Parts: sequence; C-alpha cells; structure tokens
Amino acid sequence: MSADPITGAAILDQIALSGIEFIVSVPDITTSAGLLWPIVEDQRFRLIRVCKEDEGVSICAAMSMAEKRALLLIQYTGLLDSINALRSAGCEYKMPVCVMAGLLAKEPGVPPTQSKSFGVRIVEPILDAMQIPHALMEDAGDERNIRPAIDAAYARSYPTALLIGRQM
Amino acid sequence: MSAAPSSNAMRRDLSFKILARHIRDQIIVPVYQAAQEWHGIAPDHALTYYSIGAMGQASSCALGLALARPDKRVVVLDGDGSLLMNLGTLVTIANQKPANLLHFVCQNGEYEANGGHPIPGRDQVDFAAMARAAGYRRADTIATLDDFEAKIAGLLVEAGPVFVALKLVAGPPPSQDYGFIHGAPTRAAFKAALRQS
Repeated sequence: MSADPITGAAILDQIALSGIEFIVSVPDITTSAGLLWPIVEDQRFRLIRVCKEDEGVSICAAMSMAEKRALLLIQYTGLLDSINALRSAGCEYKMPVCVMAGLLAKEPGVPPTQSKSFGVRIVEPILDAMQIPHALMEDAGDERNIRPAIDAAYARSYPTALLIGRQM
Repeated sequence: MSAAPSSNAMRRDLSFKILARHIRDQIIVPVYQAAQEWHGIAPDHALTYYSIGAMGQASSCALGLALARPDKRVVVLDGDGSLLMNLGTLVTIANQKPANLLHFVCQNGEYEANGGHPIPGRDQVDFAAMARAAGYRRADTIATLDDFEAKIAGLLVEAGPVFVALKLVAGPPPSQDYGFIHGAPTRAAFKAALRQS
C-alpha cells in the first residue's frame, strides 16, 4: 500500500514554524502549484524572485549574517548549477543555506539514487560529497523533518537540503 | 579638448580613499581586488562583508543584507568581470527596489586577479545602461576623481537602488591579505558588528 503524498500546506506550516521569513526562489514545476503559488499569497513569508539560483545561495547566506532565516526554493537542476556558490558560502565559509529542491521527474516511491533520471540520481551523492545533510520529502509525515533540519543548519552554521520527491 | 590631467585620473585606490572619508556606519561589500584594496585603505571598518570565494556574488550578498537590514545603507564595490558572471542580479535587485542599496562597479576592463585578460566587450560594454534598462532607480558613470568627490556624499544618501560604474585607470596593485579576507574571524567580526549596529 502506497503512502499518502506529502502536501504543500504541511510543508509551509513547518517552514513557518522554523522561523523562515524569506523565501528566495526560481520556479520549478515540481513545487509550483503546491508551494510557490501558495507562498505568493502567504503573509507569513516574503518572496524574493531571483533570476538564477546561485543568487539565492548568496542572498540566504548573507541574510544569516543579519540573523534572518531564509529558504531557497528551486529545482534540483538549479542546485547543481549553484554548487560553486554553495561550496564557497555554505561549506567553506560555514554559513547556513537551507535549500528545498524539487526532484523533477523522480518516480514516486523510488529512491532518488535509483531514479531513471541521471540528474536525479547524482543529487544525493553530490550532497554527500559536500557533507551537506539531506532529507527526502515525499510522503505524509516527512514534513516532520523540516524544522529539525533548518534548526540544525542555523545551529551548526552549515547548509542543508530538503528534497521534494514528487510533484505537488 | 585636452585629456584629463593624470592627477584627476580615476584610480581605484584614490577613489576608495575618497569613499573611506565619507563612510560612517554603512555596510561595505567589496569583491576580490576591490576587497584587497578596501582592506588596505579601511582595515578597521568592521561593517565590511568581504564577498569572495564565488565570483559574481557580491551584489547578491549585498541584496540579502539590504533586505534583512533595511535600516542600514549597503554599498557594493563590485568588479566588472564579477558582474558579468551574474548579470541577472541587476534585474533581481531592480525588482526588489532596495532603497538602501548603492552598487558601484569598478570598471577596469580586465580580470585583474586572473592574469589581466580583458573582459569580453571591454571597449563597448555600458554597465550603467544595463542597470538603467534593468530598472535601477538611477544609473551613472563616473570617470574622474573630481566628479567622484563631488557626487559621493549625495550618492550615499540617495534613495536606491542606484548604480555607478567607476571607469578606472590602472594604479598600483593592492597588497594581498587572503588570510584576513578569507578568515572565519573576519566574518564573525562582521556579524558581531552588524548585531551591535
């Protein structure tokens, strides 16, 4: 029996409870309807639309210096494109950058490393190589991992990645 | 009309010395060689956020600071090669309309830290026109120290986002202190200074 899918509303509630004020985003069809469009109307957040994902890495990192929490909402392809910014600001300078990335075309119920999509398969190994903790958000209840992950990122001052495993 | 006298030529070190005389509690975000230059000229300005490590990101870092601390004026000392790596930032910044952001680009036409190779389009690129077209509130180009001296006080209080391309001529290379600029204590000092400011 397959699990119920995670919902956008449940994710947004946990993001808000984590103290996130700013959502920095490039649109992703995986999370467009379930997260980004609702965020546009959600008074708990301020949405910053950026042209390219590495801008968002820098914005989130810099905001942490002012003790403001931000979340970068992007597609995994944008995560791959932002590796250098994440390497620098997040891993080497040890600044908290919380990334929520949609795994476009990942098959529900299939672990990312076993996806038919090459791009999806390499995401977790790359994060592991960068020692960036990651968690998969796919089924109802997975949202319970959001707040601990974000709190840990700011406590440890290091990036974290929350991977959205199905289109919502 | 004769060329500008050499004493009025827009050297980065001389222009930063003018800037330093006007800086009080503004946040400065310098990039790469501008960061080395600024560190040599204003080593005690704790509200300096050195934007290095990933080229092109200075203005994005500055936007994050400007949005998180709207009570603080943020001054970016960008590079032309750096800005070319992140041109979308002009549109992102213009769209956010941070009134507290002043964006300088040090236009020397070369990748100074990487062998002095020319930037693409060095003889025709017009950064101020790009910023204007992206939607900055105002954009300008300054090519002499006299003009910079005359305008800097006004620029530091003008509602932004404002963009200014500084057309530079070569000056002495700045001393290099990567240990300080890359160091964790420098970032910790900035964060502490920002908290108290």
